[in-house]
Amino acid sequence: MADLLQILTMAVTVGSLYALIALGYTMVYGILKFINFAHSDVVVLGAWGSFFFAAALLPRMGFGTPLPWWAGGMALLFAMALCGLTGFLIERFAYRPLRGAPRLNVLITAIGVSLFLQNAGQLQFTLVRGDDTAQPPAPALRLPFGTQPQRMPTLLPDQDLLVIGEGQSTARLGSLDVVIIATALALMVLLDLLVRRTKFGMAMRAVSFNTDSAALMGVPVNRVISMTFVLGAVLAAAAGFLYVLKFPTVQQTAHPTWVLVGLKAFVAAVVGGIGNLRGAVLGGFLIAFAEQFGESYLQKYLGSGLKDVYVFSALILVLLVRPTGILGSPLREKV
Amino acid sequence: MPLLEVRDLCVKYGAIPALHGLSLSVEAGQIVTLIGCNGAGKTTTLRTISGLLRPSGGSITFNGAPIHTLSTDGIVRLGIAQAPEGRGIFGNLTVDENLSLGAFARRDRAGIAKDREWALQLFPRLRERLRQNAGTLSGGEQQMLAIARSVLARPRLLLLDEPSLGLAPQIVQTIFHIIRTIREERGTTILLVEQNAHMALHTADYAYVLEVGRIAMHGPAARLAASDAVRKAYLGVA
Ligand SMILES: Nc1ncnc2c1ncn2[C@@H]1O[C@H](COP(=O)(O)OP(=O)(O)O)[C@@H](O)[C@H]1O
Ligand SMILES: [Mg+2]
Repeated sequence: MADLLQILTMAVTVGSLYALIALGYTMVYGILKFINFAHSDVVVLGAWGSFFFAAALLPRMGFGTPLPWWAGGMALLFAMALCGLTGFLIERFAYRPLRGAPRLNVLITAIGVSLFLQNAGQLQFTLVRGDDTAQPPAPALRLPFGTQPQRMPTLLPDQDLLVIGEGQSTARLGSLDVVIIATALALMVLLDLLVRRTKFGMAMRAVSFNTDSAALMGVPVNRVISMTFVLGAVLAAAAGFLYVLKFPTVQQTAHPTWVLVGLKAFVAAVVGGIGNLRGAVLGGFLIAFAEQFGESYLQKYLGSGLKDVYVFSALILVLLVRPTGILGSPLREKV
Repeated sequence: MPLLEVRDLCVKYGAIPALHGLSLSVEAGQIVTLIGCNGAGKTTTLRTISGLLRPSGGSITFNGAPIHTLSTDGIVRLGIAQAPEGRGIFGNLTVDENLSLGAFARRDRAGIAKDREWALQLFPRLRERLRQNAGTLSGGEQQMLAIARSVLARPRLLLLDEPSLGLAPQIVQTIFHIIRTIREERGTTILLVEQNAHMALHTADYAYVLEVGRIAMHGPAARLAASDAVRKAYLGVA
């Protein structure tokens, strides 16, 4: 019982992170019909942006440990702004010039953008020199990417909210899990309201169904596409931030951990039916459940360390039964 | 000065030209029709006017100002709406949302509400289906929605691309009747593209005949309808 609860908590926590990332893949696909391979690198930027804010910017501004109570929220907003801007720039300068070019060209460009971000993220340089004469001394402000993993400072205390069982089989629900799940869910609900209830959301759905026809209605298609990238990037920022709250070792930008997180979120989008927002959320949780439950319950038969295998098995199974994903519409070539 | 003036328009798909030096003009308040066979370049002409295609030569002026470098949404805001070939309905949106999109560029809520009421009176079938997904409408209903939606932009110039395509004869009659009503009650200028030359010439004031990317003939619709060449080629009269 306690085991089950523990796995469930983990699955829901990780699932909400996959779902947040998967939404970005699926939104861009819904509108432009291509996979934005650079999306997972925006997640990484969100993680490092939060780290930069909490570990470098705040101390430089005189807020040392323990960090003030608002540091978490501000780090999230900082990461969102940083990633939103990056998402905007990627679309504007890498993808927009290729509008109307063959899909393959855009796909290769996306891979190029991804490699660029991964490698640029390993640079390290000093933004502002340290000042030892100041009182208190101001540490140097480095762009703290580099090739070494860093430890995310504690932004939120992880208190036990619920502990069940004892000894080997205890389950605990920490406040951190609750914060992560609640933040992710709140963002998803906001996105859903935006897409379904606002004029902008209506324009987004129209562009994704028929771009030319939307333009004939007077919808500024380029602005809608820009905004879609910004929205996806903002959600990715949140995912990156929440990820390093939960797993505080911030790996370098090209680390396999990040590659796998991005890949699994992409799998989630495909499993749910790419292009479908609710599908992306469903897929995110499904993938996380396959991963967590597979790892826990199949371990004694298959051995450990097969998390990724369960994820991709789930992908294959779903695609065998429903080639367009669970909530995906049957194949319809865009005319 | 005509409301719309297209001069020496050239459009290519890749290296292949579709329009080679097409000129036409549309006087304010008129219904002008552009007829021609399949593949003559009618849709290409309308898409270029709306800014979905860029000309490789020539000019398009609306109300005296060149528009062929503007974006499509900018052209809509100047007052040119289009009900495209194939209707361009958003099948994943409700009928109501499709109508709202027609008025996307407008800010005057009261005016939009009034126009919406007017459009729904014109097409009572749409009123019964407001909450329905537009993808579930029949072909005729979709065409009505496409026209109603374009009217909601309150355009000065309305471009209609084969509104009668694939519809039952009875519905074709209704559609053409509504096209006349829009001009009469709204004073909207209309450029009507059609393969149904008979109905188009009967409805329009002025007509252009398009043959492989060039205007072959033009004149008052009644005169063209009476001319031997048109009767033979487009009206099926031996
Ligand atoms: N997307 C396209 N790509 C290449 N050629 C096209 C495209 N659309 C139309 N054409 C060609 O341009 C010519 C004019 O087509 P179109 O404007 O659709 O004619 P119409 O509307 O009069 O039937 C035709 O020869 C057609 O094959
Ligand atoms: Mg056509």
